[in-house]
Amino acid sequence: MNLLKVRDLHVRYAIAGPVKAMIAGLASRYIDAVIDVSFDVERGSTLAIVGESGSGKSTLARAIVGLTRIAGGTVEFDGRNPFAAGRGGGRAYHREVSMMFQDPVSSLSPRRTVEALITEPFIVHGLKDKDLPAEARRLLALVGLPHDFASRYPHQLSGGQARRVGVARAIALNPKLIIADEPTAGLDVSVQGEILNLLARLQGEFGLTYVIITHNLAVVRHASDRAAIMYMGRFVEMGPTADVFTCPAHPYAAALIAAQPHPDPGKRRTEPALMGEVTSLRNRPSGCEFHPRCAKAKDICRSEAPAVTELGPMRTVRCHFPSLARR
Amino acid sequence: MTGDVLDIRNLSLRFESQQGAVHALRNIDMAVPRGEIVGVVGESGSGKSTLALTIMRLLSGNAVISSGAIDFCGADLLKLPEDDMRAIRGTRISMVFQDPMTSLNPVRSIGAQMADIQYRDRTASAAQKRRKSAKALQRVGIPDADVQLDRYPFQFSGGMRQRIAIAMSLLQKPELLIADEVTTALDVTLEAQILHLLRELRKDINGSILFISHNLGAIAEICDRVVVLYAGEVVESAPVGDIFNRPQHPYTKALIACDPARIEKVTRELPVIAGDVPNLHRIPEACIFAPRCAVAIDRCHTTRPADVLAGREHRARCHLVAGARP
Repeated sequence: MNLLKVRDLHVRYAIAGPVKAMIAGLASRYIDAVIDVSFDVERGSTLAIVGESGSGKSTLARAIVGLTRIAGGTVEFDGRNPFAAGRGGGRAYHREVSMMFQDPVSSLSPRRTVEALITEPFIVHGLKDKDLPAEARRLLALVGLPHDFASRYPHQLSGGQARRVGVARAIALNPKLIIADEPTAGLDVSVQGEILNLLARLQGEFGLTYVIITHNLAVVRHASDRAAIMYMGRFVEMGPTADVFTCPAHPYAAALIAAQPHPDPGKRRTEPALMGEVTSLRNRPSGCEFHPRCAKAKDICRSEAPAVTELGPMRTVRCHFPSLARR
Repeated sequence: MTGDVLDIRNLSLRFESQQGAVHALRNIDMAVPRGEIVGVVGESGSGKSTLALTIMRLLSGNAVISSGAIDFCGADLLKLPEDDMRAIRGTRISMVFQDPMTSLNPVRSIGAQMADIQYRDRTASAAQKRRKSAKALQRVGIPDADVQLDRYPFQFSGGMRQRIAIAMSLLQKPELLIADEVTTALDVTLEAQILHLLRELRKDINGSILFISHNLGAIAEICDRVVVLYAGEVVESAPVGDIFNRPQHPYTKALIACDPARIEKVTRELPVIAGDVPNLHRIPEACIFAPRCAVAIDRCHTTRPADVLAGREHRARCHLVAGARP
């Protein structure tokens, strides 16, 4: 049963006003940050969205939560359109979907105590009759922090502890879906494991569904059921995580996986797997957007954008020449 | 010329604060042999960056060096007059920082900044300096170098900025390059490119690089030797193969075991190092890692361990290393 269904989602940002665009002779005054993204997330599962900086991962996350306006396509949550007017749709949706932001320290107000921070969702949603100090103790216990942390301020927390407070805030209202933007970025490996273990435990306990946005492939491999690889706003490959890692079909997915440094001096590489950088979204390459960096690019890749091909159940790729071999 | 470019002996440093002294580095012994890339690995707060800043003498005013010497090509950097130190910075030792956006001046063009670094070169004309800068940019793989010199930092992507920072640091052919978390802010594909670049540039600068990182993958990728720092102490140092294949200190073992990239079998229960980094206000007369150590014995909580030789050029500070005598 799918909890979240996204179809042909399109998000764009205006880079110039209409007048400026006319004077400057811009072909389009928008850049497309997310294009034609479709996916389902099954209840109780974890989808990881991976890509380099600027690939549109965070924009996609914000669009799903409703923090960024959607230019096209639909989002269906639990069988209904959360952005439909009436019934205070937005507010109810935000009880059931919560977001963990990047950089936990700067996403917490420095002037409020941990207790105030983690019980804020109750106040926002008009649940003032709850025993807030008791809720704070319950949430701190759930995320593995001692109860005396309630009176601390964000600057008194370490990176890992601040991240736990972020988790406590996210689960405060018993949501069904949590969208975690880079949940482990900037953490040391040992602390990274603690946060991922905590998320896994809470998922088991409350049947939570996660969408994890990350650029850390090691995290994806261990923490997700399905993975989507994003490049310049599109999903270029999606499938069960194990399949994507063992036999990446898209050359970009393969290169990304090969680019990870191995903590083993016996496995040093001689050549970087992928040269160049993500092209600017202002001038998208013709045809397949990855062709300027692709070692397998042929003429058709330069002229024609590849369609989405189904490689198997729940496994799609957007490439003219997908690789079918195991890595 | 062989030998050590940099030799740090018994370096201890504390920061004075209103809450008392923080003993950030304690009895550090390490060396960078000429032509080798030495990795310094440790978690946040282990003192990696403090170590780099101490070598460059860029510490804040409340830092007190209580003991030790930093020998650079025969001179003790800690005893040099400020003028001599200034002559070394950027010329004989240069440093690349984590965030290339904050280390470059946002309101000056790249070319102007690269000319600034060459201010000591009185004989070269402005045009010569510019040519030298353009060449340096080409060397780090930036196309149309001459045009790029007139652009500003914000016009470059993160990966390009880091390349520029590396080009600037190598402009004066330093004998030692200190790279402090240079790939941390980059994507994996760019990280691989920058690591490759450093490896390529190695011969240009005679290869001596102090590579500071918390990323074990990057360390394994380019270092010859590794120094493991924990809470301001060197707990283990060895050739890179020994660190990854025969780690001796329980902390090194735990750190390597924690890296999800190293765990082949997919798991939702990742290993962690229990407990917190110790408070550096009061240093116990014991092993600094004992409170978090899974194999600690009584002696670990009462006596400070000495460095034990665990192999050729392989030292570990632990009571339990084979060969350690009570």
